[in-house]
Amino acid sequence: MSLFKVFDTAGTAMNAQSVRMNVTSSNLANAGSVSGDPDKVYRSKQPVFSSFQESLNSQSGISGVRLDGIIESSAALSLRHQPDHPEADENGNVYVSNVNAVEEMVNMISASRSYKNNVEIINTTKDLLLQTLSLGR
Amino acid sequence: MELNVLSQHEQALKLRALRNEVLSSNIANADTPGYKARDMDFSTALKHVQDGSLRLMGTNDMHLGAGRGAAPTTAEQLKYRVPTQPTLDGNTVETDVEQAAFAENALMYRASLAFLDGQIRSIRYALKGGD
Repeated sequence: MSLFKVFDTAGTAMNAQSVRMNVTSSNLANAGSVSGDPDKVYRSKQPVFSSFQESLNSQSGISGVRLDGIIESSAALSLRHQPDHPEADENGNVYVSNVNAVEEMVNMISASRSYKNNVEIINTTKDLLLQTLSLGR
Repeated sequence: MELNVLSQHEQALKLRALRNEVLSSNIANADTPGYKARDMDFSTALKHVQDGSLRLMGTNDMHLGAGRGAAPTTAEQLKYRVPTQPTLDGNTVETDVEQAAFAENALMYRASLAFLDGQIRSIRYALKGGD
């Protein structure tokens, strides 16, 4: 019964979206963190999605979502002059992480909506399957 | 014959289930860069099934009614959706369009189920002699 595959497909998507939520919360938690060493500053992380077709499904054109990895943003760090900061370098500067709070909020809303969409898909499909099971009763 | 009606709705049900899968795949990939949304032309697909132009895939010459060769798969009947608004990452899924299509498809699935249910009920009624 092909309807069962919907659970797999939506499941992979929910998994991907929950990773995205996790990454976003990590970014927001570390927004504005500073360090005197540019290599040690927290850099914004972003998940990369791609679609994949399971081997059994290769003919049907149905694909799930796979997490390819999490990349670190290469956006420039901003420099703040703060000589009294304990982490400041010899010039009195600290580096601030490149997390963009606005972008992350948008990411969070988008991820939660996508997650909800997939929950709805699973609910509807579950209803359809249950109705099919009680056919002719 | 009534049973013929049963098989018609059965085929429609199968295609609806398949379309449900395709649309859920679209919604699942709403945030995947480069993913192209797909859908099927339902009435054409149903016609294909009813004409018998969809046959089983044969991997052996001894297979009944199939012969060797790939059957025209459902993937060939899937068409790519033309997006109304382009996106930067090449993704053509428009969530609202997909959700509307999904809702319509689920409703039609339920309709087919109801028709089948009615047919089964009437056959039972006839078998029991109106008891």
